[in-house]
Amino acid sequence: MKETTISALPPVARHAQSGLAASLRRIGGMVRRHWYVIRSSGPRTLELVFWPLVSMLTWGFLQTHLAATTSLPAKAAGLLIGGVLLWDILVRSQLGFSIAFLEDVWSRNLGHLLMSPLRPIELVAALVVVSLIKLTVAMVPVIFIAHVMFGFNLLSLGLAFIVFFANLTIMSWALGLFSIGCVLRWGMGAESIAWLVVFLLLPISCVYYPVATLPPILQAVALCLPSTYVFEGLRALVLEQTFRGDLMLRAFALNGLWVAACYGLFTYLLAEARTKGSLVQMGE
Amino acid sequence: MHRTAAPAVAVADPPVAVRDLVKVYGDVRAVDGISFDLRAGEITALLGGNGAGKTTTISMLMGLVTPTAGSIRIFGTDLARNRHEALARMNFESPYVDIPMRLTVRQNLEIFGRLYGVRDLRRRIGEVASSLRIEQLLDRGYGKLSAGQKTRASLAKALLNGPDLLLLDEPTASLDPDTADWVRETLELYCRTHAATIILASHNMAEVERLAARVIMMESGRITADSTPAGLIAKFGRDNLEEVFLDIARSRTRTPVAADGQDQP
Repeated sequence: MKETTISALPPVARHAQSGLAASLRRIGGMVRRHWYVIRSSGPRTLELVFWPLVSMLTWGFLQTHLAATTSLPAKAAGLLIGGVLLWDILVRSQLGFSIAFLEDVWSRNLGHLLMSPLRPIELVAALVVVSLIKLTVAMVPVIFIAHVMFGFNLLSLGLAFIVFFANLTIMSWALGLFSIGCVLRWGMGAESIAWLVVFLLLPISCVYYPVATLPPILQAVALCLPSTYVFEGLRALVLEQTFRGDLMLRAFALNGLWVAACYGLFTYLLAEARTKGSLVQMGE
Repeated sequence: MHRTAAPAVAVADPPVAVRDLVKVYGDVRAVDGISFDLRAGEITALLGGNGAGKTTTISMLMGLVTPTAGSIRIFGTDLARNRHEALARMNFESPYVDIPMRLTVRQNLEIFGRLYGVRDLRRRIGEVASSLRIEQLLDRGYGKLSAGQKTRASLAKALLNGPDLLLLDEPTASLDPDTADWVRETLELYCRTHAATIILASHNMAEVERLAARVIMMESGRITADSTPAGLIAKFGRDNLEEVFLDIARSRTRTPVAADGQDQP
């Protein structure tokens, strides 16, 4: 027999592939994959904070200017900086979700993932966790600086902040599912959807003005967005010191519909991608 | 001393059973009603020119492409119904599909180990690294490795879960002869000691002659020949597999001089 310097590999033991523990292990593996990327690159981590910080500073100084030069009540200024902070929660969470997926497309790793035992729902769960990690990295410093520089503490909203946060992040995951479904089906030609989809909703989410400002037809569209209710709720809280639980319940109900519809669309587009063969081109 | 894996499947269930497999893209029948079984402990080469249907066939075996018709059973499991159960016992390696460049080799192996449910992962990574001689590469970024080192790291990923079915797409493409020879030795040893089923797509006919116990030739989505390399060479009256490949790919009408009974029309 030919001499070889290669040693034989011992047999391997595998965990069970079904059940909650197996799912959590695979989700943990995917979260770890993105955590390694986040912690390995200082510039990428700074980039997470950069745009929310620039945005907050711009609107914060505008608030300071308006408070000094107009008759607007000072409390109204909280609407601007509160609005921009909440809007950035929606944006950063959606981008965190979508870009984590795109990382595997860019690195040509998607083929390995899709032919591993990782289930689509586990991939989505991992993206949700990664979006929360990225959101925390991006927003905690910005919220702190807003408090120190402009005297606006988003966390002081207490329960209302938790409800606003939950509604915006859930909506961001629905948008993320829509985006990555399009990329799976149509390839990198659809990548721009992942970057732009949330900004399409900026004018009709009524971040800085009441929904009544919009033309009637756009009001109807705006009222289909969970984000619209969050920003209406913020205005009620800042201007009237009233927590509008009814608006938040509507936002949660709409989010339920959005997530169900977008997850259904994601699984449909994934199945279509398998049928059309687009995963093969994307994986290589 | 090497430990040999116990046979992974019952006699009644071949590791891979493909029946009347069809894939249609628009007006094109990329795969046109092929059927074959693969045996444990055997390397089978899937050959064909560009557009022959071998990539589509392998993609369907990996679950990346849904067949238009027909069935694939892997270890007795219907791939269409229970894909993930079968995928846990499979793995894949190709120089054209990367693992994340920004991560170290060890980090990549940790992640894939979790995806495949490998027990005692740290020890397993050590075993794979030792076997493939990549201990010194474990903490280096995958993106910073040379082509040969990347191949070894990718092979480590492919063998991490001890796959019973391993799919390889041109595993030695763009490697120097020494590294390519090393990869072939590794695959031969793994197949022999684990009774693994290996499917190999390659354009290197010398490699196929050395590694494969069986060759399935495809053309226009159909199987045109299915035999041992020596059987095909004898049947076509040629000196080597490359000449046989050219005969089939160019649809030459040279009359076969020997029949082994396995060929399909």
